[in-house]
Amino acid sequence: MPIFSLKVNSKSEEVNVDSGTTLLWVLREHLGLMGTKYGCGVGQCGSCTIHINGNPMRACALPVEAVSEGQSITTIEGLSKKGDHPLQKAWVEHQVPQCGYCQSGQIMQAAALLEKNNNPTREEILNHMNGNLCRCGTYMRIFNAIESASKEI
Amino acid sequence: MKNYQDNSTSVSRRNFLKVSGGFTIGITVVGLVPQLTSCTEDGEDTREMVAKELNAWVHLREDGQIMIYSPASEMGQGSKTALPVILAEELDADWSDVMVKTSPIDPEIYGNAGFGRSGRKIMMNVGSRTVKGYFDSLRQAGAQTRYILLHSVSKTWEVPIEELSTEPSLVVHQKSGKKIPYGDIVEILDIPETIPEFSIDQLKNPEDFRLIWNESIGRVDVPEKTTGEAVFAIDVKVPGMVYGVIERGKVHGASPNLINEAEIRTQDGLIDLVALDYGIGVVANTLEKALEIKQQLNIDWNTDVLAAKHSSQEALESYSKLNQHDETRDLIEKGNVKQAMAKAAKVYSAEYKNDYVYHAQMEPLNAIASISEDQNSIEIWAGTQGPGFVAGAVANALGLEPENVKLNLCYLGGGLGRRSLHDYVIEAAQLSKAVSKPVKLIWTREDDLRYGMYRPMSLQQMKAAIDSEGNITALSHVITGDGSNLLASGAANEFYAIPNQEVKLNIVKNGVRLKHWRAVGHGPNKFAIESFIDQIANDQGVNPLEMRRKLMANFPRALKTLEKTAEMANWDTPPRPGRARGIAFGERSGALCTGICEISLDRDSGKIKVHHFWSAVDGGTIIQPDNAKAQMEGGILMGISSVLSEQLTVEKGEIQQSNFHDYQLMRMADIPESLEIELIPSNDKPQGMGEASTPIVAGAIANAFLALTGKTLNHLPFSPERVKKVLDS
Ligand code: FES
Ligand code: FES
Repeated sequence: MPIFSLKVNSKSEEVNVDSGTTLLWVLREHLGLMGTKYGCGVGQCGSCTIHINGNPMRACALPVEAVSEGQSITTIEGLSKKGDHPLQKAWVEHQVPQCGYCQSGQIMQAAALLEKNNNPTREEILNHMNGNLCRCGTYMRIFNAIESASKEI
Repeated sequence: MKNYQDNSTSVSRRNFLKVSGGFTIGITVVGLVPQLTSCTEDGEDTREMVAKELNAWVHLREDGQIMIYSPASEMGQGSKTALPVILAEELDADWSDVMVKTSPIDPEIYGNAGFGRSGRKIMMNVGSRTVKGYFDSLRQAGAQTRYILLHSVSKTWEVPIEELSTEPSLVVHQKSGKKIPYGDIVEILDIPETIPEFSIDQLKNPEDFRLIWNESIGRVDVPEKTTGEAVFAIDVKVPGMVYGVIERGKVHGASPNLINEAEIRTQDGLIDLVALDYGIGVVANTLEKALEIKQQLNIDWNTDVLAAKHSSQEALESYSKLNQHDETRDLIEKGNVKQAMAKAAKVYSAEYKNDYVYHAQMEPLNAIASISEDQNSIEIWAGTQGPGFVAGAVANALGLEPENVKLNLCYLGGGLGRRSLHDYVIEAAQLSKAVSKPVKLIWTREDDLRYGMYRPMSLQQMKAAIDSEGNITALSHVITGDGSNLLASGAANEFYAIPNQEVKLNIVKNGVRLKHWRAVGHGPNKFAIESFIDQIANDQGVNPLEMRRKLMANFPRALKTLEKTAEMANWDTPPRPGRARGIAFGERSGALCTGICEISLDRDSGKIKVHHFWSAVDGGTIIQPDNAKAQMEGGILMGISSVLSEQLTVEKGEIQQSNFHDYQLMRMADIPESLEIELIPSNDKPQGMGEASTPIVAGAIANAFLALTGKTLNHLPFSPERVKKVLDS
């Protein structure tokens, strides 16, 4: 099996997996970073959202060989040191999560937006977040939390 | 900004002393050996500290920390927090001293007595009955725990217990002005011989509640659900663990014959293939390998099963013409419907239908099972709504003793009714037993959807008699479909004064797997009832609000939700052009609510847009108001999702959808501009909040559509194609 070198949350990692293995399984089952979730495996739900060089990507849709060593991967575990990213704080303030399963993906998707645009309009937020499903129906609170976090950034 | 503190930890107790209903005490040293990765034992506080077990529910530590067990499965409904809040209220604990842990799985002690029938206590989180069912017993436990503390202090200070009172986490002797923090009582703890049962008027007066209905108490699970640290079963890893997946048929119940077994068995990384009645299990070293092999299985399916004859849309069309059913039941007979129909000034009739819907809980089903070397015992990690039933189910399937099945309860990435059946847990156990290794079994989303258990499709035939004053004097409701009681809930109209009512159920077996889905039969039944009322009101030229006012005149709790919601929505002022409002009332698990929505319509595409949704709810005593609102909001959004887009169809037994591209859930771009919830204050017993709002959505939207277009939507979901057809008709 080939060895792949990855930079995850500023740490260099090596994994020995079949090529074609998705980054989602590499992160979760090989590196033990369980915050990134499996929801659909086909890029439809956003539960597996991570950042690659700051861009939101679906880890389930990326084979490990598509990521080069020079690219930096950030997962929810690496978003902030103490869980205190403005979005994470806003998520607690607005009591966003219900079952919580989609929320790593929601926060990572939202973080990528605020990174580029710290004053998004309603439309911009809704469009940017449209690929992230939440079955528990926390969308109203996600929206409010993003709005209030954008004011903190 | 609210600063919610973190009271969370989900640690199972190692030194638990088994008690049988009563109280026992033991000194437990909270200091633990390192653990396997597990969903219940992360983040243990390893400081050595003397703690005392006041009773089965509460441990008090000398530094003042009060650990309270929560017996709830947490699936997003918030009960993991609400239950300890109830106990802490009577205990008069300072919430910032409280730490919440998931209780051991022991129904005799930690079970919910609120399931009536046998009086047996069970650990099952369904039907929004958790808070409701535990309320009395947790108040009692809190009051009794407080009594132990008072008793201990009265002995040490040699003052009569009557002279003592409490303030948050303090016992106070008013006369002398002495105070002692709860934590300091650990040293002088003196458990009395007998502990009284407190009557309701010896418990706190609701006026004095500090924790119940306290806006500043956040949910204990929220912080770790923002950092990725919350552990769902799918996140558990145990040493030596391998991975299992199962290929199941597209037709429910079909049995497999693996054609290329020899070839498959040559694959590197394969540990074993496990034949099940309805599928082939693949166990491999890695998840990716297991999934790859699953794809390569060449299976000949024996589809000589009932479901193979079933095509959903044809079947649903045929229901109104069937004159024979597999079974017929009279669910409700009140008054004399026949007579009222005969005497009616006018008789109305209408039909409503609904397609299958799928749970789509975001965490696909999964479980980890680790069989012991001697194959006599097994450890399970799972998210389940029925933790008290896992041991029995697994023991039964594997031929073990129930006491040899240990469950570690994890967070549930959604339950919605699906996780109250343990097929997925049993499968993990079977695979583990077959390969004598710990196995993580994962259902792919496709497995979860295609081999799902759906809310049944059904036909609702309504007939009403109206007298010359426009009163509804009789209502007949005939439900046809598969799923027995799954179809029945919500058909009764307890809050409408209709003197003659009947509900009949015609059962037609289809062989498709069916299950409770948030609010169960209430979804389709309230849709039919509420839409029908508006159709009658429309024809009679009566305002739908007025019509309901009259029907609810003798039911003040229901009426209040109606009036309040109408006020919130400004019902009496017309919406802006191009929009219309619709109203519907619902009840579920004791909570009553009215919903009003405001919609517009894109006539070219047939797409309905919900702009606003208002709802006032009477859920009795509300433990956590913000969470109660969150449940209402989530229920409404899930309602809108199911009403506007969710549709599962079956062709000759094959489920036609496979993942979220063709089973469409509501997405963020479609959220309303506002969603307002009002909680009607009440000191009555708590009612079930988790499902209250979902059933009102279909009726509210259909009624708004009727107001907007003069046309009726009578088949769920109101997908754009269907809406266009109605518009063109
Ligand atoms: S799991 Fe990657 S988008 Fe759904
Ligand atoms: S919080 Fe449950 S799916 Fe989003």
